[in-house]
Amino acid sequence: MLLIHCPHCQENRDEEEFSYGGEAHIVRPLEPEALNDQAWADYLFFRTNSRGIHHEMWYHAMGCRRYFNATRNTLTYEILETYKTGTQPTIVGASA
Amino acid sequence: MSQNRLASHTGAVIDFTFNGKSYQGIAGDTLASALLANGVDVVGRSFKYSRPRGIFGHGAEEPNAIIQLGSGASTVPNLKATQVELYQGLEASSVNGWPSVNFDVMAIVGAFGRLMPPGFYYKTFMYPKKLWMTYEHFIRKAAGLGTAPVEADPDTYDKLNQHCDVLVVGAGPAGLVAAREAARTGARVIIADEQSEFGGSLLASQQTMDGVMAPRWVASLVAELVAYKNVQLLPRSTVFGYYDHNFLTILERRTDHLGLSSAQGTRQRLHRVRAVQVVLATGAFERPLVFAHNDIPGVMLASSVSTYINRYGVAPGKKLLLFTTNDSAYQTALDWQQTGRQIIAVVDTRSNPSGDIVAAVKLRGIEVIGGHGLIEAQGNKRVKRALIAPINASGTQVTGPVRRLNCDLIACSGGWSPAVHLSSHTGAKPVWDESIVGFRPGESKQQERSAGACRGTFDLTGCLAEGASAGAVAASLCGHGDGSVQFPACAVEDYIEQPQQALFLVPHTSATSRAPSQFVDFQLDVSAGGIELAVREGFESVEHVKRYTALGFGTDQGKLGNINGMAILANALDQTIAETGTTIFRPSYTPTTFGAIAGRDVKALFDPERYTAMHRWHVEHGAEFENVGQWKRPWYFPQQGETMNDAVNRECLAVRNSVGMLDASTLGKIDIQGPDAAEFITRIYTNSYLKLAPGKCRYGVMLKEDGMIFDDGVCACLGDNHYLMFTTTGGAAGVLAWLEIWQQTEWPELQVYFTSVTDHWATATVTGPNARRVIAKVCQDIDLSNEAFSFMDWRDGTVAGVKARVFRISFTGELSYEVNVPAHYGRHIWQALIEAGEEFSMTPYGTETMHVLRAEKGFIIVGQDTDGSMTPADMNMDWVVGNKKTFSFIGKRSLQRSDTLRENRKQFVGLKTVDGQAVLPEGAQVVFDAKQKIPMSMQGHVTSSYYSAYLGHSIALAVVKGGLGRMGQVVHCPLADGRIIAAEIVSSVFYDPKGERHHVE
Amino acid sequence: MKKYSGFSLLKNALSYHENWQKVWRSPTPKKHYDVVIVGGGGHGLATAYYLAKIHGITNIAVIEKGYLGGGNTARNTTIIRSNYLWDEASQLYDLSLKLWEGLSQELNYNVMFSQRGVLNLGHNLQDMRDIERRVNANRLNGIDGEVVSPQRIKEIAPLINISSDSRYPILGASWQPRGGTARHDAVAWGYARGADALGVDLIQQTEVTGIRRQGGAVIGVETNHGFIGAAKVACVTAGNSGVVAAMAGLRLPVESRPLQALVSEPVKPCLDTVVMSNAVHGYISQSDKGDLVIGAGVDSYNGYGQRGSFHVVEHTIQAICELFPSFSRVRMNRQWGGIVDTCPDACPIISKTSIKGLYFNCGWGTGGFKATPGSGYVFADTVANDHPHPLAAAFSLDRFNTGALIDEHGAAGVAH
Repeated sequence: MLLIHCPHCQENRDEEEFSYGGEAHIVRPLEPEALNDQAWADYLFFRTNSRGIHHEMWYHAMGCRRYFNATRNTLTYEILETYKTGTQPTIVGASA
Repeated sequence: MSQNRLASHTGAVIDFTFNGKSYQGIAGDTLASALLANGVDVVGRSFKYSRPRGIFGHGAEEPNAIIQLGSGASTVPNLKATQVELYQGLEASSVNGWPSVNFDVMAIVGAFGRLMPPGFYYKTFMYPKKLWMTYEHFIRKAAGLGTAPVEADPDTYDKLNQHCDVLVVGAGPAGLVAAREAARTGARVIIADEQSEFGGSLLASQQTMDGVMAPRWVASLVAELVAYKNVQLLPRSTVFGYYDHNFLTILERRTDHLGLSSAQGTRQRLHRVRAVQVVLATGAFERPLVFAHNDIPGVMLASSVSTYINRYGVAPGKKLLLFTTNDSAYQTALDWQQTGRQIIAVVDTRSNPSGDIVAAVKLRGIEVIGGHGLIEAQGNKRVKRALIAPINASGTQVTGPVRRLNCDLIACSGGWSPAVHLSSHTGAKPVWDESIVGFRPGESKQQERSAGACRGTFDLTGCLAEGASAGAVAASLCGHGDGSVQFPACAVEDYIEQPQQALFLVPHTSATSRAPSQFVDFQLDVSAGGIELAVREGFESVEHVKRYTALGFGTDQGKLGNINGMAILANALDQTIAETGTTIFRPSYTPTTFGAIAGRDVKALFDPERYTAMHRWHVEHGAEFENVGQWKRPWYFPQQGETMNDAVNRECLAVRNSVGMLDASTLGKIDIQGPDAAEFITRIYTNSYLKLAPGKCRYGVMLKEDGMIFDDGVCACLGDNHYLMFTTTGGAAGVLAWLEIWQQTEWPELQVYFTSVTDHWATATVTGPNARRVIAKVCQDIDLSNEAFSFMDWRDGTVAGVKARVFRISFTGELSYEVNVPAHYGRHIWQALIEAGEEFSMTPYGTETMHVLRAEKGFIIVGQDTDGSMTPADMNMDWVVGNKKTFSFIGKRSLQRSDTLRENRKQFVGLKTVDGQAVLPEGAQVVFDAKQKIPMSMQGHVTSSYYSAYLGHSIALAVVKGGLGRMGQVVHCPLADGRIIAAEIVSSVFYDPKGERHHVE
Repeated sequence: MKKYSGFSLLKNALSYHENWQKVWRSPTPKKHYDVVIVGGGGHGLATAYYLAKIHGITNIAVIEKGYLGGGNTARNTTIIRSNYLWDEASQLYDLSLKLWEGLSQELNYNVMFSQRGVLNLGHNLQDMRDIERRVNANRLNGIDGEVVSPQRIKEIAPLINISSDSRYPILGASWQPRGGTARHDAVAWGYARGADALGVDLIQQTEVTGIRRQGGAVIGVETNHGFIGAAKVACVTAGNSGVVAAMAGLRLPVESRPLQALVSEPVKPCLDTVVMSNAVHGYISQSDKGDLVIGAGVDSYNGYGQRGSFHVVEHTIQAICELFPSFSRVRMNRQWGGIVDTCPDACPIISKTSIKGLYFNCGWGTGGFKATPGSGYVFADTVANDHPHPLAAAFSLDRFNTGALIDEHGAAGVAH
């Protein structure tokens, strides 16, 4: 069970307080109608699914009810940092 | 009395039975020590060959002495006798052997063991094909160990979430001093040990420590630890799993040593520990030697023999033969000699054993036979003799004549294997170290360190030094102390040991394939020959061999057999052990009670029950309830003698003809505020809320980004920048999370705030042509006229003396008022409305009637009429989609994909059965041609179906391919019982298609 | 290939089992193959077997980075059923089930396919509607199934708790008698042995590190032991599909998640069927060895660690104790995790790609084991003909663009 630092609450809390929100930094296209089906499908369904460094959203559902991002290693499950939505990670890895 | 109990060992007598026979033990005994004291040789039968088996070890490593404890609801299968503390009246029995373990008819099968090499079942039982299930029946019957109870568990279990700075696992020498060093710094320490007493190997040690006997030294150290307020001592507590981010699980057995079932309190407790630092001091297991028929009762681990003598006062035999590859086992010879019983010899595989302790043994006149192997044990239900022979220096061949030595006990030692299990749980791969002939813990990503024997340090001085250092360093990493060891080192005299011999298979005069079975994994009858056979057949990976032979898959998880097995495999592959690798140990370290893992979250507490404020009233009035998510909702209110159909028909007619009332409190309610609230809601719903005025309500549908409907409900404008969103009962939590993710991660510039207010309000829906008359009796401050308070309006007011929000929205098609009051007034308002409605035969109704009434109107229920694959257009709800909105609302783009635009998608329609009295089952499949052959071409299915008492015929809602273009077509529903029900595709609105009913004056 | 039988066992016993033939060769890779299959799990091996057996393509290598059948094939809970909701899925799984029914004889290797039946429990009214719908669809598709009452459930699984006062009482179930379990390792080994006998090279301990392309077509794979040429490359690497796809510059709509399972200590036969529950989230069967084999849902986060979080195990065991209150005193012997590649619609991808000669079979989520024979069968056909097998057509990558998803989420219910 992961131990997650909520950057809003500034506390380490058990994974059970959170829910996973999927890959972070996927921006909704500003003009969806301008996209062809393939580009829209890319936004909808295709994720990097990194083996290693992964930026992902977590929701402090049983805490402050706020979303934030985590940089986590999907092999070792180490959480290298958590940071607020709208900010950028300081740790980036080769994706895939 | 007990033939093997040493006279010096006394204590309170405990009566117990084993396999129906009465015995006596002494307080402090385990079941194993008591059985050995009583000279019980055969305690079980092996899994595959039904060979008689005796007690082999003294702890978690025990492979043979698997017993069933007690009987009835509280029985426990598969306990290891070595871990069962004796209590008065204990009843235990062997798990295998019929009619008894001493005479087992299945042994006949075992005699044909050669026909059952590893993997034999993959090669047989295939023909004739139809007989496999019969074969399997008998295979299954022969398998399994103990018997699961058949009644519900009478015991309770609980959990404790714990945090600490340093968790010390194991209270042997290394663990004890680690805990002390950490405790001294003020760090919060938990020290857990699986045994009833702290001390580990020291409890059976003859060494002196700081001038006192080891057990006394332990007692004083434990007393010191108890005095620390920052230390929690957990005996009888097994750390069984080490998970990510230093989360560890401990099973504490609170009452198992007192009886089968807990008379008071919880039987076992699961500690869920988040530790900043962990010190693993889990010790080591002595490795058995693999020789022919090494499984006969009377063959034991050398350290176990010593433990039974020193700790339990039991000498488990008369004539000992000690067989070793190392110095450490010589202690057993010394311990044995003190019992006054005969020791035949020490057989040592090393040609010239010469360590300090060897000299001490020789000095006492015990014969040491060097350069020999014990190649075979003989005997049936107890060892009678051993065959020994000279072997070559590398231990691969017998090089001289075989001698027979009579004995009834063989104590063997092939060295020590560090208990790297918990370290391995973290994903750390154990590393082979030739210098200790064992695997050391690998490097892990967790905050932990190993100390003592589990790290391959086997001398007591070294264990104590490592433990102390580990404790101090761990504490300092938590911000306590500077990491230096503070307590003076304990004075201990260790023998200087000579190198051990790495020997994993003792040679026999015959080749391994032809020698009597040399067992590696006792519980699963895996032999050296079996491992070699697997290699011969082409299985080369250690995982393949494990899986093919079942090596290590027993309830002892290969604590004794794995290393020998892997070494034999490496040898067969002509590789080193390091190249062959090991397998990763998984939790549980030892088997863990399901009930303890489940804890309190079973039965009534399995999942919270949510009640509305009116719940008691419903109970008092005989409601039947339906589970909707966690909510208990009234399903229908049967009166005396009514069936469900009777009740629902009555409730429906009451609403249509006069007035009824529904407890709608469970609907999700989200309070939405902020200057951008309207813009935000408009992006989420398919329709627009930008022009919704205060006092007005609007029905909306929300889609996932893939264009599929996922929730619906009414949204009311409460004031400027203030809205109340209703969601489905089951969807409330999901919708709130949905709103928040969009606001927080995509549109943080929108100022809008969400608060769940589901539980803050109680809702009574008064519906029917007399609804206004009922409300008018209890509400004077709202003008209820159609003109002043029209459909899809809401008003603030006072209902039965309570401030209320009244919504004029309708899910029945009738004139409806949804009265919302603060939840604490729920029962009051319900009662008041019931009384106000008395003259109109006010009828409470439940969810079933609600479903019928809304189906008559063709209103959808998300999740019943939709299934995550339906768009608004599919549901014939294009009217709810605001295609002119400037913002591309969530899901809009997906509605333009080729598949969502496709003709012939399933569409929402009504079905009217040709025989109006036939009610289609919900879930019936729709076909156009009922005469076609299977597989049939299915065109849709029935989503909702009821008998409509008001209309006098059945009604159904369905989704049918191209259904909206097929009005009037007759379709067919072939049912499992052979009936085929014909129905006509009609509009989904069966009742009041013009929507006039809710405007009644 | 020497045939296995009771007679061969007897014969070999007389010679102390010293003369058994190797179950497969350990060949040195050739320079070039007609087809290279990346991934030596059950699906990859089945693909190789059917390519050789049905399509006559025998110049094949299966390249496995670890040992054969060591991924999810070795880690699942061995449940087999075909009672899926949608036509596309149920037809594919039923092809698989039909192949299971003759597999031991086909491979001359006893995969211990035990048709002990599968119960999918319903605990609320919507569960029961979904069960009715699914069973009706199954029956009209020619797949066995019936809706059974709590009393009938109790006859099938006597230790189950059907009391009406439990938190979520059992209201009924779907019952598929042809469903059951099989011995997972044996499936991989049986297909491997069969494929090897037909000339397929099984190359273990060799990791594919790249997919070499030329002019929009594959020409082979890079491995840690050198380049291996191939006219076609078929990737079947559950738990790693995205990583392998990236080697070819492709993206897949899959996410890899931990899926945990556990077994109890072996006990005498006490559960003769497979019981699955969606609302009370867990599933359970008893292996021939006597272990209660238990699983539940996927962990919430992406992970390649073959480990998950303990609270998922706790919830699973709570569900099992709720369904079988007497199992509370049985003990967990071992728990583990696999990595499942999940698709947005909980259905697999069996597809050609934009690169000529490159094929993917992935995204089986939690339902891969039961599909092993059928998956291999239709994938072999797709690879051999460079055209989707009719039963694979609906599972192409293209569905994510068009929106023609086959959403088995609600319907498939619990992870499996």
